[in-house]
Amino acid sequence: MDLLEYQGKQLLARHGIPMQAGKALTTVDDALATAEECGYPVVVKAQVRVGGRGKAGGIKLARDADELAAHAGAILGMQITGCTVRELWVGQAVGIAEEYYASVVFDRRAKSPLMMLSRHGGVEIETVAEEDPDALATLHVDPLLGYQPFHGRRLAFAAGIPDDLVAPVGDFLAKLYATFVGEEASLVEVNPLVVTPGAAGVPGERELVALDAKVTLDDNALFRHPENAALRDTADDDPQERMARARGLTYVKLDGDIGILGNGAGLVMSTLDLVALHGGAPANFLDAGGGSKAEAIKAAVEVILSNERVKAVLFNIFGGITRCDEVARGLIAAFAALEPGVPFVVRLDGTNGAEGRALLAASALAGLYTAETMDEAAALVVALARGESGLPGTASDG
Amino acid sequence: MSVILDADTRLCAAGITGSEGRFHTLNNRAYGTNVVAGVTPGKGGSDVDGIPVFDTFAQAVRETACNAATIFVPARFAADSILEAADAGVPTIMAITEGIPAHDELRVYTQLKRLPGVRLIGPNCPGVLSPGKANAGIIPATFFRPGNVGVVSRSGTLTYQVGNELAMRGLGNSTIVGIGGDPVPGSSFVDILALFEADPQTELIVMSGEIGGDSEEEAAVYIAASVSKPVVAYIAGFTAPAGRTMGHAGAIVTGSKGTAKAKAEALEACGVQVGRTPTEVAEIVVELLGG
Repeated sequence: MDLLEYQGKQLLARHGIPMQAGKALTTVDDALATAEECGYPVVVKAQVRVGGRGKAGGIKLARDADELAAHAGAILGMQITGCTVRELWVGQAVGIAEEYYASVVFDRRAKSPLMMLSRHGGVEIETVAEEDPDALATLHVDPLLGYQPFHGRRLAFAAGIPDDLVAPVGDFLAKLYATFVGEEASLVEVNPLVVTPGAAGVPGERELVALDAKVTLDDNALFRHPENAALRDTADDDPQERMARARGLTYVKLDGDIGILGNGAGLVMSTLDLVALHGGAPANFLDAGGGSKAEAIKAAVEVILSNERVKAVLFNIFGGITRCDEVARGLIAAFAALEPGVPFVVRLDGTNGAEGRALLAASALAGLYTAETMDEAAALVVALARGESGLPGTASDG
Repeated sequence: MSVILDADTRLCAAGITGSEGRFHTLNNRAYGTNVVAGVTPGKGGSDVDGIPVFDTFAQAVRETACNAATIFVPARFAADSILEAADAGVPTIMAITEGIPAHDELRVYTQLKRLPGVRLIGPNCPGVLSPGKANAGIIPATFFRPGNVGVVSRSGTLTYQVGNELAMRGLGNSTIVGIGGDPVPGSSFVDILALFEADPQTELIVMSGEIGGDSEEEAAVYIAASVSKPVVAYIAGFTAPAGRTMGHAGAIVTGSKGTAKAKAEALEACGVQVGRTPTEVAEIVVELLGG
């Protein structure tokens, strides 16, 4: 789960990381009230999960109430890379002497947390890594040992952090790591981490403030963090994805017109690929999971059909734990209840496959076609979505 | 020969008293697997259809000399159960459970790496099947028969699909290994490829990968350097959009990293034939073994 900036900042603040004073809000009036509390100048920032906010005009400085009202009004409702801005963050503008970069990433290859630190913050870190790799200091932390002060010193000296800031940077990194582990994140990134103006070389003169936060949490760990689970913003979510989540189904919306259901993530991905190879465009990923029962199948059909773009549906089931006769019963119940106006192609194989196919044949459902193999099923559903009728020799009696 | 499981396997199932654990463990026994014990804290002294249940893995090992474990316990307790089995000295652990928090998996992986001789398969995997010898986990054994093709896969149902296509063409398997769809698998493609390379029964290896991470790329390099047997690969997820988790927690394209295209290209560059569909994979296997 990707968090919005202000949500990420709340998590960092929970672990003692210093922030500007500010608030998330949804109206111009609230923006003005917040600015009165913080004192001008203030910064207004669009709260969206996509990058490129600055370039899109989603981050502005306001010196007085008139400027703030104009900026806040313009940014609310703005479209940034397909996302509508519904929330703003308004807070104190901070003096900036230098911009650093710091993050902790879940490194799948090394199977340990990767910490990164650079004096070149405020820009895309991928660019820094490519153009000037020496400017990015990195190290892996043993997950059973955890963060130690020497980790911070090593990173700070390798990154060329000025002497008076080595201790504060180490302290900051300790808190960043504590956030990563404590909140069970897969990414905690602060870019920029700013150094406030002050006499360089004098310990305690300059401060570090986290000006931004990018946090991704592990969905599988949310049961241990109910307060984080509650942050899930459903406003930006697609209606089908919300509906699927409420029914406990794994669904990802895609932009095509062929609805897909299968059992097992790998088989569903493979089915999407096969449909694309035959020239079709999948409308979704939907994994009905192992042991799919009739009721779950009906719920899944409802979700698929609620997407108005869907012109044909492909069921690809290879029964292992899943029993094909259960899937067939669920599909028959779904047809009775929902009377779908689009054709279905069904491929049932594996456990109780013959029973499942016999049930479908006996039900003689209008618009339901059966196929023997994945390839046949994919070719047929693509033809049906294009408005071509069932191909000879592949359609059932239905 | 086969890998991981054979006729000497003595299996203990954690979570045997739950509905999934009971159903699949009894299936495993019906297949002929020597299931010697189960573990459920608080249910020690009882039995599941004659299989003795113990409170702890330490007791199970002491009383039954079990040398392999399946983990069926719920996600929030599964990491602890894996660590308990390893601590009790069980050398082969297959974690079926889906949904284990990634940070738990990180700690488990790091700890197990320090215990010599302990192998974890999974989590979030269907288990291991050596046809005609033993089945541990949830793989529907009826689709597979003994033979010379080793299969290693990140996906369960896709494994059944590929295995069934091979069986329809008269081919069987030495062992089928599901390494699971999570971001931190206990065993990687490379680990299992090494076992198949050393296994005399295995003459050809099918590996089935998917988007996310770079374990397929890592495998490609390993195959070029250290695998003499032919390898045929399949990669799922060419149509997956970036930034979305496709069912498996580990199946996600991050930015431009972890795409199916990059994986297929890396494998092909190292001399591995990649089928674009499960059917094409089976056809390539037949061609290679028939020639």
